[in-house]
Parts: sequence; C-alpha cells; structure tokens
Amino acid sequence: MTDGARVTAQISAHNGLSVAQGEVESPHSLIVRFSQTEPLVMDSGVALAPLSIAYQTYGQLNADKSNAVLICHALTGDQHVANVHPITGKPGWWDTMVGPGKPIDTDRFFVICSNVVGGCMGTTGPASLNPATGQPYGLDLPVVTIRDMVRAQAKLVDYLGIDELFCVAGGSMGGMQVLQWAALFPQRVFSAMPIAAGARHSSQNIAFHEVGRQAIMADPDWEGGRYFNSGKRPVKGLAVARMAAHITYMSDEALHHKFGRKLQDRSAPTFSFDADFQIESYLRHQGSSFVERFDANSYLYVTRAMDYFDLAADYGGSLAQAFRGTRTRFCVVSFSSDWLFPTSDSRAIVHALNANGASVSFVDIETDKGHDAFLLDLPEFFATSRGFIDAAAKARGLPPGKGMP
Amino acid sequence: MSDMRSLASPNIRADARVDLLVIANMVQSGSRVLDVGCGDGTLLRLLSETRNVDARGMELSQKGVNDCVAKGLSVIQGNADLDLADYPDDAFDYVILSQTLQATYHPRRVLEHMLRIGKYAIVSFPNFGHWRIRTQLMFKGRMPVTENLSYAWYDTPNIHFCTIRDFVAMSEDIGAGIERGVALNRWGLPIRFEAPWWVWNLFGEQGVFLLRRKS
Repeated sequence: MTDGARVTAQISAHNGLSVAQGEVESPHSLIVRFSQTEPLVMDSGVALAPLSIAYQTYGQLNADKSNAVLICHALTGDQHVANVHPITGKPGWWDTMVGPGKPIDTDRFFVICSNVVGGCMGTTGPASLNPATGQPYGLDLPVVTIRDMVRAQAKLVDYLGIDELFCVAGGSMGGMQVLQWAALFPQRVFSAMPIAAGARHSSQNIAFHEVGRQAIMADPDWEGGRYFNSGKRPVKGLAVARMAAHITYMSDEALHHKFGRKLQDRSAPTFSFDADFQIESYLRHQGSSFVERFDANSYLYVTRAMDYFDLAADYGGSLAQAFRGTRTRFCVVSFSSDWLFPTSDSRAIVHALNANGASVSFVDIETDKGHDAFLLDLPEFFATSRGFIDAAAKARGLPPGKGMP
Repeated sequence: MSDMRSLASPNIRADARVDLLVIANMVQSGSRVLDVGCGDGTLLRLLSETRNVDARGMELSQKGVNDCVAKGLSVIQGNADLDLADYPDDAFDYVILSQTLQATYHPRRVLEHMLRIGKYAIVSFPNFGHWRIRTQLMFKGRMPVTENLSYAWYDTPNIHFCTIRDFVAMSEDIGAGIERGVALNRWGLPIRFEAPWWVWNLFGEQGVFLLRRKS
C-alpha cells in the first residue's frame, strides 16, 4: 500500500464519532460547570451559558494562594500540559517545562491549565451540546475571541478562590492570552511570560488560517458545520488544514536538515502523486494523526480567535496603552527562526512595555527549530525561563525550591 | 565634587571591579536603575544585592541578555542609540552608561535621553586625554593601542572617544549638572580629588561622572 492510500485508509477508519467526541462531554479532566445564571459575556455580545471549563492542575496551592501559575495553551493544545494525553497516550505537551524540578516547578507552584472556550477537550465549544436544541452548537456557537478565552479563565481562577496569579505563561496563541491577561487584569498578574507570540495576528498569519478553514469547508463531509447529523466528519479537510499550518510551525532550515529532498521508502520517484518525498509523508502523518484528536469546527473557532486578536486596536491603536501603569514583571521570549511570530513581533511588545517603564526581560533564543521551538527541549530557553521565574518567585516572597539558595 | 569617595562602604562586595564600586556608591539604596550596556549583568547584580535597587538592564549582545535573564536579572536586548527613545520621562532614578559612551553613534543624544529618562545619569568612559595615549600619538604617530583600549583603529567598536575635559564641556552644553566626578588611575583607583582638572585629564584612565538634570 502506498503512503497516500494508507493515509486515506486511516482517515476513513475514523469517520463517524471518534474517541475525541467523548472528551467533549465527559473529559478526562477536572471540570467546572457554570450555570445559566453565570454566563460568559462574550465580545460578540452574546452571553454564553451554561459554560463548562475543563482543566488540569498540578502541585499544591499554598495557604495564602500566592503560588498559582496559569498556563495558556496554543491553538490545538489543551489542558493536558504535564500528564499523559487521554486520546493520544503521548506525554503532556509542555512536560519539558512543567513538572517537579522543571522551570515551572510543580513542587513549588500550583499549576492550572484549562481548555479554551471554543476548544474540544471539555470546555464549551462548537461540539458541545447547545441547550436550546439538544444538538451540538456547530456554527451556532458565537465567534470566540482571545479576550473571551481569558474571561473564561478568569472565571475559573475566581472559582478556585485565587485573586492574583503568580505567573501567566504560554506560547503562540497561549502567548496572546498572556498579553490579554496582563492588559485586562493587570492587578491579577504578578509575572507574565508571552512566548513566541505577538500582540496581533499578521496578515500572513490570517492568510494561512484562511487556507485551513477553506480546506475544512471544502470537504463535503463538513456539511455547513452540521456534520454531526450525518455521523461523518470532515477529516480530509481538517487534515489538509493541519498540514498547511504545520509548515508554518517549522523553519525552512529545519525542514532542509530533517528531510531535504529525501525520498520515502523508495530509491527513485514513482512518477505518481504518492508521497515520494519524506516531507510529504511526514505532513500526511501530521494531518491524519491530528484529526483523531481535534474537532473541525473547533479548528474554525480557535483560528478565528487568533485572527481577531489585535491588542493595540482595543486601546486606541496604541499597544503601550494596553499596558499602562502595569506592575507585572514580563519575560518576552522569541525564537530566531520563528517566521509565524518573528522576533520583531516580540520586540514590538517589549517597546510597548518599555514605554510604560515596565519590568521586562526579553530573550531571543537562537535556534533553527522555528515556531514550534517553544515546545522543544532547548537548554537556553529553559535556563532563561528558570532564571526569570525564580527571580519573580523571590520578589513575590515565595520560598526557594529544592537545592536553591 | 567633595564627597566623591566613600569607597569604604561596608556592604559593598570586596571582589567587585573598582570602577563598578565607584558607580555603585553613587546610587542611593532602594532607587530605580537602568544600566545601559549592562554586559553580563555584573553591575546590576552588585546593585541589586548591595543597594536593594529595582535594577533593569539593556544590552546589545543577545548572549549577554540571555545570560543576565538566566541569572534572574530584568534585561532586554537593545541599542543605546535607538531604544532609549522608547522609555518615558522620569522612568528611573539613575540611568547608567558604563564604558559604552564611546561606542555610541550619538553620544550627546544618548546622554540627553539618559537625563530625560532618569533624574541622574552615571557615565564612565575611557579618558582619551591620558598621558599614555597622548604620548603614543605624539611619539609613535599611530593611533593609540593600550591595555584598556586594545583594538586597532580599523576594528574598534569605539568610535567616539573623548577626554575628561571634553565630557565635562558636553555636559555643560546640554545643561547637566555635575554632582560628582571621579578620575580613576590605571589601577582603577581614584585620583586625589583635590587635584586640578589638568591632572585628572592627564592621569585619569577613566572618568566616572554623576550628572543631574537641571530643571
């Protein structure tokens, strides 16, 4: 069987309700369900209720509730930061950064991560049941913004009885949420780490997202977002969306080193449209494994949330105004080969923070790993993150970790 | 320029470089400090450990920045010529420029920004009026290369040398008040403060000045 055929077979096998559907209604997570009387008031003007938020925690909250760290996940991430993923069986997406003795040390900090609104891992999203119809929302869910995600997280933090978060950290779309947190709730964020992020989504980034959305919508199984009626899922469109997006997470240099023009399990081109090249096979694999754990409509919603993000626009066009008078300690991190959120995006954030005389560190990590570098094991990234977090913990009066002076 | 030497302050670390100690002694405890060109963060660390200051840094080399942040210092990558313009007025009590003035494109503009951002500016710089430099130029007829200024003319980052007298003149031009001034000899020790200007300018290898914005 050729590669192309194998991928098609894999995708067909997952038509119909997938294992992922189970996570929507009864996730392998902690879950808080806010009632009809506690709606999430969204930027679109709609009050969303009831609202469910699925989340994970690690470590212990201290007596004065001053050691809480909120992790914000990226586009297709979820709340499973540092535990085995319930669907894929793989380690948590940031277990290099979060855990006992790690830079975000779960022996010292109480770490929280919740699935975003619009997601598909247990927090209310398009696959959740719409109480008005008894069917999944589909496209009847109001369009979600980064600020809506942050407001929902604030409801969770309130529910947990925490006033001030010691740190809010996240990469990519998670970094957008970090910036939104710092702008919206400055008094609740002691320190902030926006990583591989920007204060707005660029035209190029919106363009890539639009390609992904159009791929989903072009799949006949999408059925205008109401695929739950037929029992089919637009897995081909979603896989293509993931393939296109995945290219933006890697650098040309890294692709060249990893794959070059190498052929996949063959010594010569087949003069066909099989996955002759390793990079094709790799992308097809990324696409087909993604559809096992992600909902197509959710993908539309979370990409849209990123597209709409423009923090300066919310503050009269001045990013500096967004952080006016901030007391938060910031550590802005970028990666030299990230072309999705290039270093210049991080530098713009730093300039806006400087304009407020804010406490800010700015680290650019030299790497060829592209945007996804924030998920990888990069010693310099961890050393700087650890330095920032330890200094912030000291300033917050938190006791030192094991083996620290 | 009377109290320029209170070097025997008991809480200052003994192993630090003398010129950094001189600078540290010009900084009031508990103040807000920006160190422009902070290198590996030695002075920032000295200040935060011994003077309890809110210490921030700016450094041109990304490696220097990353080293500083890994040590828990609040440092960004930036360029004195370009990035000081971003900071608001009165953001700091002190803005420090240690051994960097001579490498900036627009030393005067940099100093003006420093005095806009901070109430005080502290500047240390190599004195091009030192007798060794004068004699090298006079007797060898070549651009001076010394232990402290070890670059050949064609690859030096130092593009705007000045003498202590030049610096004092520029400070007067921009309306800065000289609160304190120290000339350090080749061993980094302060020259007797009673000495006249020409002695400083001839025997000081570096000058360290505390400037105040004139309101």
